[in-house]
Amino acid sequence: MSEEKPQTSSLQVANSEQEWIDEQVRRTVWTGPWNKLLDLLDPIYNWGRRNSVWPMGFGLACCAIEMICTSATRFDIARFGMELFRASPRQADLMLVSGTVTKKIAPAIVRLYNQMAEPKYVLAMGACATGGGPFKEGYSVVSGVDKLLPVDVYVPGCPPTPQALLYGLMQLQKKIDKQSLRDAPWYRKGVAEGVPEPILGPDLIDARRLEEITALSGDPEKLAARAVKFQKPAKAEKKE
Amino acid sequence: MAVNAPVVPETQLNLNDPQVVAEQIKTQHPDAVESVSAQGIVVKNDKLLDVARYLRDSLAFDYLNNVTSVDWQDRFEVVYNLTSMDRGGAPITLKVNAARDNPSVPSLVPVYRGADFQEREVYDLMGIRFAGHPNLRRILLWDGFEGYPLRKDYKEPYYEEEKKPFGSRWDQGYHVIAEDRNPWHDNVQYPANFDAVAYKPPRDHIQPISVEEATASRIHTDKIVLNVGPQHPSTHGVLRLRVTLEGEVVRGVEPILGYLHRNHDKIGERNTYLGNMPFTDRLDYFSSMANNLAYALAVEKLMGVKPPERAEYIRVIMAELTRWQNHAIALGFIYNDLGAFYTPLIYAMEERELVLDLFEATSGSRMMCNYMRFGGVARDVTDDFIEKCKYLVDERLPRRTDELEAYMVGNELFHARAKNVGILPRDLAINYSTAGPVLRASGVKYDIRRAEPYSIYDRFDFDIPTGTVGDLYDRFVVRVAEMRQSLKILKQALAQIPAGEIQTGKKNYQVRVPKGEAYGRAENPKGELGFYVVSDGTPNPYRYHVRGPSFINLTALNDMCVGYKIADMVVILGSIDIVMGEVDR
Repeated sequence: MSEEKPQTSSLQVANSEQEWIDEQVRRTVWTGPWNKLLDLLDPIYNWGRRNSVWPMGFGLACCAIEMICTSATRFDIARFGMELFRASPRQADLMLVSGTVTKKIAPAIVRLYNQMAEPKYVLAMGACATGGGPFKEGYSVVSGVDKLLPVDVYVPGCPPTPQALLYGLMQLQKKIDKQSLRDAPWYRKGVAEGVPEPILGPDLIDARRLEEITALSGDPEKLAARAVKFQKPAKAEKKE
Repeated sequence: MAVNAPVVPETQLNLNDPQVVAEQIKTQHPDAVESVSAQGIVVKNDKLLDVARYLRDSLAFDYLNNVTSVDWQDRFEVVYNLTSMDRGGAPITLKVNAARDNPSVPSLVPVYRGADFQEREVYDLMGIRFAGHPNLRRILLWDGFEGYPLRKDYKEPYYEEEKKPFGSRWDQGYHVIAEDRNPWHDNVQYPANFDAVAYKPPRDHIQPISVEEATASRIHTDKIVLNVGPQHPSTHGVLRLRVTLEGEVVRGVEPILGYLHRNHDKIGERNTYLGNMPFTDRLDYFSSMANNLAYALAVEKLMGVKPPERAEYIRVIMAELTRWQNHAIALGFIYNDLGAFYTPLIYAMEERELVLDLFEATSGSRMMCNYMRFGGVARDVTDDFIEKCKYLVDERLPRRTDELEAYMVGNELFHARAKNVGILPRDLAINYSTAGPVLRASGVKYDIRRAEPYSIYDRFDFDIPTGTVGDLYDRFVVRVAEMRQSLKILKQALAQIPAGEIQTGKKNYQVRVPKGEAYGRAENPKGELGFYVVSDGTPNPYRYHVRGPSFINLTALNDMCVGYKIADMVVILGSIDIVMGEVDR
């Protein structure tokens, strides 16, 4: 609307229908650059999202009990609008990986993650979900859920206290606050492909590494060369 | 079935002594016994079934506590622990040897149905076949897994050294991280020349339903197989149930386990004795204190130490507080499964927090207390603790128990849902090796605290509540009654607790455990938690096996559920009070 028009009362009959519409638009609708609009919208959008993060009730192990404690009376996760634990991944925004990720459950976790609707977040609760924890050396434990899924927040502890979990959730809220509609991946074109489900074979098979596994298992020398051997360092001299 | 077993005449025979039992076996099966020692009776492989039948029917060893196996490098040994429900006392140990190549042992399922899952576990992890087992498939790992992990020659992908503490991390603390040590840079290993691209995983094993079976009833209803879990709000963790349904009626339940298999047994063999203590916390994560106690008892049996008086009292106080809060939560969860979502549980949680506060004040952690030590406890309790505990035990918790009972047990809807549902008759409960409240609800007056008193439980005055029918209602009410008994014990213990030491001898990170083997057990809130520990005199156990009560209680689930509605199945499962950490270990 570059041309300056004399102020007209609405009683005045417009010259044409289009002119009348333009007039009304100018009066009632705020127009401005797209970026400026997003700056206004983002806080509202994120405020709504951050205070209604619905976690998926997926108790894997010990940490699940602390997760339940967090949602019970004393710690009251409802203060953050997160008390609605959903059993269905379709209704959940946050996957709380609360416990040890074993190889047998790994395909199920990936499938559930793929079934969740965007925007979705993953919080690795506890030592096991973060990196295998005390059970890392075991033959049937995945060394952390981040081997399978992208993780947003890690909460250390074995198990983390409810306070720690709440702190982790607040960190997630901060993360949500920083997101913008401008670069939100879930509004971008092209459907993001899910994480391929691992396969339970002689051991857990990462579906992204099929060729690599086939090639290397036929080549024991090359395979053995990839292992880093520990060499005992020379004994440090005692300080006197 | 044990029900028809002739009652053993009132003899002077001490049937808790393996020598006496072996003599009795020899009278019937002269060539069955290979050798007898304090460690157990070694029976010939092919005579095992006969001996087990004889023990059950004639000597009233009607309860199979535990089945496990040991890899002695040159041979395998399968170990059975048997007790009598009426006589009580320590279990006797029965052993069978199996050859190193293609090991096979007759299955005890025809005699003791409780052997079902346990034998499958031995097959899964140790690779011993059980001839005659109805369903011998992997249970904790998946079909297609390569290797038998508990064998001594099995090396995990992150294998570093045989025993802890690792020399590579000793001294200066340098070590290569586990991911780099493994050529795959992940916790995996594959057989040589493994073609991952062409690999097809074996199909899920589903018992086919025959046409006759499917069309047997007059009203034509197709049977369907429903998969519940592993992600399901009412399976108490990552349990998966494959339910065969006819309409809404359950015709069969097969629990599929192993979604939380965390290799306690294998890691336990690598750890030092004390290093295993924090791992026991993570078995039944509701009652870590009680787990600590059971493990400490097993190792103390081997070491021959006894904790000082004060420590014994502290142990009892901790174990009984654990029992109270565990049962409170269990009741809340049963209501959760009934459909009263979360509200009753919140009442229980509120009280649990108060108990956890006491644990945190003493051990430093809310849930994973890691508190007991061999011959004592880690830290002394303060006077403040005793005072707070007295307030809880004398005032708050009894009041709350009454309240919970009034809300829950008196509820008319609950009566309608719970009475005569999920009945487990007395004989079946014993034959299935169920333990704890499940066993007692079926009318068996068996509590290890009375039958084989450990710690100082023989000093306290308490009753063993039992049910009559063995239905869901009984299992619920027995738990409420047990909460009362726990408070009764706590009151006595708090009044009597003496001052003094809390640890026999010096505190040690490395304990000396003489050669030998022991099966230590304790009455946990969920049932008999047993630890079978074999020591070869080194700082690490040679074999460490956990008998998880929830795992074995699950064996009876199918019989409890068949004929009831699917909605009842969920509650029946809740009434067993399983914890996946203990089921899958």
